[in-house]
Amino acid sequence: MDFNYTETQDMLRDTLARFLADTYDFETRKKMIASGEGRDPGIWRALATELGILSAPFSEEQGGLGGGALENMIMMEELGKVIAIEPYLQTVVIGGGALKAAGGALADAVIPEIISGNVIIGFAYAEPQGRYDLANLTTTAKKDGAGFVLNGHKAVVYAAPWATHLLVSARTGGAQRDRAGVELFLIDAKLPGITRRDYPTVDGFRASEVYFENVAIPGDAHLPGGIDLLERVVDEATMAVCGEACGVTRKLHEGTLDYSKQRQQFGQPIGRFQVLQHRMADIFLEVEQIMSMTLMGTLKLDLPAEERKAAVSLAKAKVARSAKFVGQNAIQTHGGIGITQELAIGHYFKRATMIEGQFGSADYHLDRFEQLTYPKA
Amino acid sequence: MNLEFSPEEIAFRDEVRAFIAENYPADLRGKQDEGDELSKEDFLSWHRVLHKKGWVAPAWPVEYGGTGWTATQRYIWSEETARADCIRLMPFGLTMVGPVIYTFGTPEQKAKFLPRILSGEDWWCQGYSEPGSGSDLASLRTRAVRDGDHYVVNGQKTWTTMAQHADWGFFLVRTDPDAKQQEGISFLLIDMKSPGVTVRPIITLGGEHEVNEVWLEDVRVPVENRVYEENKGWTCAKFLLAHERTGIAGVAASKRGVEKIKTIAMSESDGDRPLLANPFFRRKVAELEMDLTALEFTELRTLAGEAQGKGPGPESSLLKIKGSEIQQRITELALEAAGHYGAPYFRGFGEGDNEHPIGPEYANRTAPVYFNTRKTTIYGGSNEIQRNIIAKMVLGL
Repeated sequence: MDFNYTETQDMLRDTLARFLADTYDFETRKKMIASGEGRDPGIWRALATELGILSAPFSEEQGGLGGGALENMIMMEELGKVIAIEPYLQTVVIGGGALKAAGGALADAVIPEIISGNVIIGFAYAEPQGRYDLANLTTTAKKDGAGFVLNGHKAVVYAAPWATHLLVSARTGGAQRDRAGVELFLIDAKLPGITRRDYPTVDGFRASEVYFENVAIPGDAHLPGGIDLLERVVDEATMAVCGEACGVTRKLHEGTLDYSKQRQQFGQPIGRFQVLQHRMADIFLEVEQIMSMTLMGTLKLDLPAEERKAAVSLAKAKVARSAKFVGQNAIQTHGGIGITQELAIGHYFKRATMIEGQFGSADYHLDRFEQLTYPKA
Repeated sequence: MNLEFSPEEIAFRDEVRAFIAENYPADLRGKQDEGDELSKEDFLSWHRVLHKKGWVAPAWPVEYGGTGWTATQRYIWSEETARADCIRLMPFGLTMVGPVIYTFGTPEQKAKFLPRILSGEDWWCQGYSEPGSGSDLASLRTRAVRDGDHYVVNGQKTWTTMAQHADWGFFLVRTDPDAKQQEGISFLLIDMKSPGVTVRPIITLGGEHEVNEVWLEDVRVPVENRVYEENKGWTCAKFLLAHERTGIAGVAASKRGVEKIKTIAMSESDGDRPLLANPFFRRKVAELEMDLTALEFTELRTLAGEAQGKGPGPESSLLKIKGSEIQQRITELALEAAGHYGAPYFRGFGEGDNEHPIGPEYANRTAPVYFNTRKTTIYGGSNEIQRNIIAKMVLGL
């Protein structure tokens, strides 16, 4: 058992943190979000070429640094500290993770393009009726000669407006909620028959409703692995957003602590009041537990599927609960200024709030944990 | 970073497991199963077995009798002793005054007291709280006045756990009434058989005699029994509190407690299903497992930090707060799961008692244990005091 980061991991964190400190201050981020494209493509290019760190979780044979889930956690934590709107989760963790797990010619072709920053991936898995059930799919991929024909509607696909590719879950057979028949496809985002309705999200990203109408896709776009692969990829993504939550809530904690030392009321800093001191202590406790559960879940990602799912669900449930506590109390401690757009704190709160529900709420994950662990209700 | 045990660690775990299976006192196991209160002899029987093996104080430095185990080995040890449902050793000598003596004591004090703590020859108690000094410990009023090469001690201590068995006590006493509160306190080791020491029982909610009042009337204590400098006792007290708090997380025992709840909730029926299948009850169990896992990994992170030379600092308040809350939730759910049979006040079988037990064995002491466990958020510095410590020492408020 070992709880220390390697030197390479420390370097990765330092490299990214220094770059983000120089490039990603709050005002710059606001400008990126307000721009037509909703981001600064130069940042992504710099992460790929200047820093070369989009390769972090890929094996050396794939042209990567030989890392994995821990490297993703480190990256996401640092990105979370500046509430970055970069599509690292969708492109590297999810798209890259699916390719890494599935292997084959498609992986060999696309992973180098991810590493060099040429590919951005949107993850089209959710559907309007499905909530967090990955198998509840009406999108179909019907076999058609060597390829497939795709039809359906995917909900709230983060980074889709920027994407060169979409990772799509679709049904090749079975009924709407069957596990059998769920498959993953990595397709060109510009194929004929794909339409999008783009919009900004409340936490600063861009996303789309994505519609497939008789979209012809080649047979080699299929990533073999079915629902098991999809669940694995989503579990990895879940732990990555937990990593992001570590960074986001750490900043909520620090920002609130600073504010409580500066803000004067009744002739003294509000941090002198015991009721707020205890609240700050509780925020600290929750942030530490977010860190602990993120490590736990991340370190258990390679266990057999049932144990992995139970661990990830326990982690995400706790992170969701704690992130809500930290976010709400950060705003409350700031008072009126906390509910304006002016301070960064509110923007961290918005991202923390979206993380709560991303890949399943606390209730969803407690329920999944119970289904896996306890006798049937 | 990884969670796997190395082959050496697995071998160690197997060694520990085999040792416990072969050496845990059989009559102790019997008494635990029947819910009997444990006597001084019961506690000492396991203590002596561990002392003989050299495993009674894993955390002590090797030169004083520790095992030299790594943080992982200590983790394995606490996991295995909890898994086997071994009783907890009394902490007053081993994890409280022992570390104070080997850290601040004179060579003579170390030579005199440490071997007897390890062997169990001396049973220790802690003289901290007073009727007027609970959370505000530094307001304590027990007076020690120098008289030649002795102190003459007068005052009253309370909540003194297991003082009825104690040979020795470590006491915080005021040696300078004019100094600022924390600065006039000294740390004295007092022979409990000294003339003028009176111990009176306090019976707690579960009916147990765990805690006592201790009266000190003109008790003469040799100056050589003062640890560290006169009026610097608060340094020892703070050191001890930080040590006490890491142990207080009780993760391994709480994991065992959650397993017991699940066993009860599988045995109790709720309509045509086991209680553990009731969605409301099992959600509470799941939340408990969630919070306990968070505590476990927080403790593992703390241990890893300690292995890198960061001593247990104010962060250990976190472990105390969460650990004690979880201990309480476990007893609360066990009582809830027991249903009707939480109510009978069953105190174990007397000598020659052939009556049948009342209700299922697992229900027997759920209520007294629940009542008794309300102490965990109060002792060792109440959880409110722990939050004050975090605010001041960690957050700089």
